[in-house]
Amino acid sequence: MEDNGVWIIAEQNRGDLLRVSFELLNRGRYLADRLNTSLSAVLFGSNIEEEAQELICHGADRVFLVDDPRLEYFLAEPYGKMLCALVKKYQPGIIIGAATCNGRTLMPYAAHKLKTGLTADCTMLEVDEQTGELLQTRPAIGGNIMATIKTPVARPQMATVRPRSMRPAPRDTSRRGEIKKEHFDDRLYSSSIKYIGFIEESKQDIPLQDADIVVAGGKGLRRAENFKLVQELARLLGAAEGASRSVVDLGWAPYACQVGLSGKTVTPNLYLALGISGAVQHLAGMQTAENIIAVNNDPEAQIFKVADLGIVADLFDVLPRLIEKLRERKSRERGKTDNE
Amino acid sequence: MQIIVPIKQVPETGNVKMDEKTGTMIREGVESIINPLDLYAIEEALRLKEEHEGSVTVISMGPAKAEEALREAIAMGCDRGVLLTAREFAGSDTWATAYALALAIKKIGNFDLILCGERATDGETGQVGPGIASYLNLPLGTYISSIVKLKGSSLRVKRLVENGYVLLEILLPALLTVVKEISYPRLPTLRGKQRAKKINILRMGPVEIQAEIENLGLQGSPTRVVKIFKPRLSRQGEKFMVKDESDLEQAVEKIIDFLEQRQLI
Repeated sequence: MEDNGVWIIAEQNRGDLLRVSFELLNRGRYLADRLNTSLSAVLFGSNIEEEAQELICHGADRVFLVDDPRLEYFLAEPYGKMLCALVKKYQPGIIIGAATCNGRTLMPYAAHKLKTGLTADCTMLEVDEQTGELLQTRPAIGGNIMATIKTPVARPQMATVRPRSMRPAPRDTSRRGEIKKEHFDDRLYSSSIKYIGFIEESKQDIPLQDADIVVAGGKGLRRAENFKLVQELARLLGAAEGASRSVVDLGWAPYACQVGLSGKTVTPNLYLALGISGAVQHLAGMQTAENIIAVNNDPEAQIFKVADLGIVADLFDVLPRLIEKLRERKSRERGKTDNE
Repeated sequence: MQIIVPIKQVPETGNVKMDEKTGTMIREGVESIINPLDLYAIEEALRLKEEHEGSVTVISMGPAKAEEALREAIAMGCDRGVLLTAREFAGSDTWATAYALALAIKKIGNFDLILCGERATDGETGQVGPGIASYLNLPLGTYISSIVKLKGSSLRVKRLVENGYVLLEILLPALLTVVKEISYPRLPTLRGKQRAKKINILRMGPVEIQAEIENLGLQGSPTRVVKIFKPRLSRQGEKFMVKDESDLEQAVEKIIDFLEQRQLI
């Protein structure tokens, strides 16, 4: 069994740790325990020492902290070159990053310089019982199959995982760990890219990734205007709207709604899949939902294999009735509160 | 502005069929196209060329057949095509692919900007663009949704991230990967098609790009696919078939009960 530990790349925005950092710690803790080794987090940013302590509370044994005003915003070159320098100094066995815009930039940039393998968008990370190698599993070929990938010789073994594909590690303030402050040569902080500013996106009413309930529509909706049914049901349930890739490709719903490997990964309390067949790529984005209900007219549809409740029916029969029932319920409840 | 656009020929994914027994893709009769997300990089390169003069070179690594993709890009308006093809390249993962493309780009030389699509629709990794930038030590901007050229040799770009857009200024030469939002790809023109038919596609192999043979193809790839399997899905849920009107009422009741029991409504 090899050692040198498991690392995760923590992410922060304006000095606040992102939830995905704790999800990575959860995965990293599992792998580190399997390998009987330590878990470290790498954190870049400005004025973020307190956050380093948070990473320890959530499972890190050690935090490599690079705290510098020049690192306030993510830039591929300084972050990438510093990660490479840390890897050369401490030689981790495994590095797990988030499949976020920044993670998907930093990880390949560093992996190429380190001449090591990187597997994108893993849905499963395991340890080989015999060799202790990292088994990296991701959907492949249009999402019809799963491929397990290894990095047999080169080190570290690197992989990215989708945000929300795992629950965050619980917080435990009694945990103790070591914060190692790292400094580098001045030239490593420089970049040919300058941060100018940020424009916040005009948000959907409920951000898809944070939603407790997601109502999603697929090609079974048959026509663009039928996406309204999804919207109506979502409104009634206080849910965010989701869509399969084909629906987005057809222009029936905006890309922001896309759930799946090439869209967003969601872990809501309830996922309602309407007319979605359930390609592996879609399932990769929603199968960790706590509860899944599927309505589809094809009894063989893959979506039923992950559903807690599957209704084999024409969704145009089911949906209007369901919407009506929920409306009645709502007005009844409103009536009740009015009388109180 | 001298621009290089690395592209990939991919199977048209809309009709990928799987061999149920072997779990592999049936390639027979599957059409090959330019990776749809590369079209946005091509379009943006052509727009920048039209606005600021210069040229657009498309480059691809693949079998001899990938020449079709290069000709299609030329039919859209690109100036020349370079094909990286040799059996030594076979079996490349993203590291080996980025290595070979980076060396070929270095060989072509004299560029201000490399524009890549966000990812290929077959491999879906999005790692080759960043890998090329890393190898060539170029500034790297990913998920770019708009490019404006400033005076001198820099660009003002918008980068699409989870909660909005980051504005960046990038000194050229640089490598950018672009998202769908950046442009709307044009169709090939008749004149372009005629030019594409006649043009000579430059071919390069390991010798021309001065590659270390052990860094190429499967041999040069740090990763190995060790297992391919059909996903096993794991929930044992209830499946309710609706055959008539009364079933339908029951189905709706079942959904409502499910939501109530789990306190979702």
